[in-house]
Amino acid sequence: MRWLALLRPGDWLTMLISAALVGLSIPIFWQGGMADRAIVRQEGRVFAEIDLKARKQIEVPGPLGTTLIAVEPGRARVVSDPGPRQYCVKQGWLMRPGEIAICAPNRVSLQITGRTRVYDSISY
Amino acid sequence: MTRSVTELRVTAEDRRVAWLATAAVGLSLVDAAIPSPLPGVKPGLANIVTLVVLLRYGWGTAVWVSVLRVLAGSLLLGYFLAPGFFLSLTGTTLSLLTLGLARHLPGRWFGPVSLSIFAAFAHIGGQLLLARLWLIPHDGVFLLTPVFAGAALVFGTINGLIAAKLLADSPATDPPR
Repeated sequence: MRWLALLRPGDWLTMLISAALVGLSIPIFWQGGMADRAIVRQEGRVFAEIDLKARKQIEVPGPLGTTLIAVEPGRARVVSDPGPRQYCVKQGWLMRPGEIAICAPNRVSLQITGRTRVYDSISY
Repeated sequence: MTRSVTELRVTAEDRRVAWLATAAVGLSLVDAAIPSPLPGVKPGLANIVTLVVLLRYGWGTAVWVSVLRVLAGSLLLGYFLAPGFFLSLTGTTLSLLTLGLARHLPGRWFGPVSLSIFAAFAHIGGQLLLARLWLIPHDGVFLLTPVFAGAALVFGTINGLIAAKLLADSPATDPPR
């Protein structure tokens, strides 16, 4: 018995509509406000707020040395940091609102924000 | 041996429910053994049993089989009364309610596959809602909705096809009620 013969006309309809709904759900749930700004903090104070539109590099001085941050359209990352464990560098590109890279030894943090406010407790 | 005061009479219906629930529990165990890339994305093979039971023996029997399956399955897998148990129970309850409504759709047009897809969506919808309300009270839970919905569609379709095949291959021996 062929598998296709088990499908009735309405089943095709159900499958089509469901697939459309799944497709529609992607922009609804994954947009979350596009990442559009990066906030760089040093010692807890805002050091720079950068629009994630242009390609750019900034150097942030800290107690250990200079943390280098790179910004590209839609994303940002810590390129280099004098800290010993390099956690913030290894995080790589941050591109979703709420994501944050913290270079604790050098007291620098890089956070992505979007139009809608996101809490940082879940978006790690 | 003294005779028990309460006499439990086991009807043919009870035996049937027990057998079907056993089959469903077996499939739950198989389900749990399949590695999953993401918690929550599971084939849900036991739902094949629910569908077959619903279409052959009616909604009441399907409820019995499902509830027994959730209880026995959670006991065997060791998550009875753990969060996973309540997620499972919520998903099953919602998909049973959905099936209760959806089985009144004209059968000429909508077969087991449609029912299975509706049930799968109701299942994951219920679980996401419970997770949002209770386990992770943050909208971040919904970030995975597209993945879960996609999995529900795929597995719902496959399970529905299997149920349809089982129903087609073994004609009813008892009249449906």
